Amino acid sequence: MNIFDIIGPIMIGPSSSHTAGAVRLGRVANKLMDDETPAKVEITLSGSFAETYRGHGTDRALLAGIMGYNSWSEEIRDALDIAKDRGIEYEFIKKDLAGAHPNTAVIHYYLKDGQEGSVQGASVGGGNIRIDLVNGMKVEFNGDYHTILVMHHDRPGVIASVTSLMRYEYADLNISNFHLSREEKGGNAIMTIEIDSLPPDMLIEDIRKLEHVTNALLIRRL
Amino acid sequence: MLKYESIQELVSAAENGGMKISELVLQDQAESMETEPEELYKTMQNSFEVMKKAVETGQKSDQRSMSGLTGGEGYAMKAYSETADGGLCGTFMTRAIARALAVAGCNASMGRIVAAPTAGSCGILPGCLVSLYEDRGFDEHDLVMSMFTAGAFGMVIANNACIAGAQGGCQAECGSASGMAAAALVEIMGGTPAQCADACAIAIVNQLGLVCDPVAGLVEIPCIKRNVSGLMIAFSSADMALAGVAPKIPADECVDAMREVGNALPAALRETAGGGLATTPTGLKLREQVFGK
Repeated sequence: MNIFDIIGPIMIGPSSSHTAGAVRLGRVANKLMDDETPAKVEITLSGSFAETYRGHGTDRALLAGIMGYNSWSEEIRDALDIAKDRGIEYEFIKKDLAGAHPNTAVIHYYLKDGQEGSVQGASVGGGNIRIDLVNGMKVEFNGDYHTILVMHHDRPGVIASVTSLMRYEYADLNISNFHLSREEKGGNAIMTIEIDSLPPDMLIEDIRKLEHVTNALLIRRL
Repeated sequence: MLKYESIQELVSAAENGGMKISELVLQDQAESMETEPEELYKTMQNSFEVMKKAVETGQKSDQRSMSGLTGGEGYAMKAYSETADGGLCGTFMTRAIARALAVAGCNASMGRIVAAPTAGSCGILPGCLVSLYEDRGFDEHDLVMSMFTAGAFGMVIANNACIAGAQGGCQAECGSASGMAAAALVEIMGGTPAQCADACAIAIVNQLGLVCDPVAGLVEIPCIKRNVSGLMIAFSSADMALAGVAPKIPADECVDAMREVGNALPAALRETAGGGLATTPTGLKLREQVFGK
């Protein structure tokens, strides 16, 4: 904790968990889309998010984050209109997700080229978030660090090829957290790699070229 | 380096170093964050600017919350201050009340604020500091520095009790903000580090047990007005401390009591909208008005 955790953050009200945290959840989707404007988003709200989203502006906050705005951007208030202007079709669905944190949202996005994806996360208090699922697969990160997501096929040696690349081509990168999950043996898998410093853009390009890797994304510290 | 585990630590270290708590904390934070004090000062100055702007935004006549439950409080109070020639509390105080209402209203209408320490209690510190700046002509440098004192007291409270309504009730949010502001006010007025601690203690004592019972679960009713009581208590506590009316219970023990009281609060009175004002007949009706049955 430092002094600016107490006198701060600078944020758009009214609630750090229901507004500021919601923007950050939206921003993760924005990063997954590589800053692209989606054609459509379906946002599922669970628990307290479902009950009180209108009064806290949680809907506006999520959309603002999806469009790349920050938790201190004054545009959050007008996010519904801005989304319409940008041609984003959006829908909010209230649905209780069993076992999920009370402030959970699932953002399902559809890009103009037909690609789609999803992210599920929770606002856990004080503007902090936790991401639980990306494209239906378990991940483990909170946006406090730079995070690399590597989608790949579950094959022997893929993790080694990614970490070796990081070690031998980008020696300064230090991994602070690593998590792997897969749909089934030999099926789709995802690595969550949190790192201390921002990697050069080339790293992501290089990881994408590795055998059995289907995609790699960098989510900068939020 | 400071541990921020007791208020006594802050007081002793400042006294031993012959400096203000704010100077001590700025130095310490720069060291622990591995940056220059000037950088931290600039960041804090920026927060002060956001506070001034929030006062302005929240005093507009058309200020309305997102839910529609509240709005226009800052504007009404400022207008009253002028027409009633300061009303009962006097011009300085009624204008300060208007500012606290304005910032809390700015928060409720999705405006930009500085959480201090939380969004729900964001009107107290700016209500105090911007009033001294705009109406009493205090030096901006001293005001910005006093925010380091306020923050340091907040860190101790966060470490030893808590600053979240969901955990400790409103005493943890508005109570903490008020204690932090009281300490800052004493420093601005030239009080000693020990008097800063006294003011914080008195402010906490006056809000001990305050529950968090927001109508419809929104940061509006009663939060906006509790920013005013927090501000009034901050001013009166600072004046008492400066007058030598000492608290009989030391600040650190008051913080411990706050933790204990917070732990004893039932869940219904900790931001769940399950009790208190939230479940009064009118509270429930207002909830229905916003969210339906």
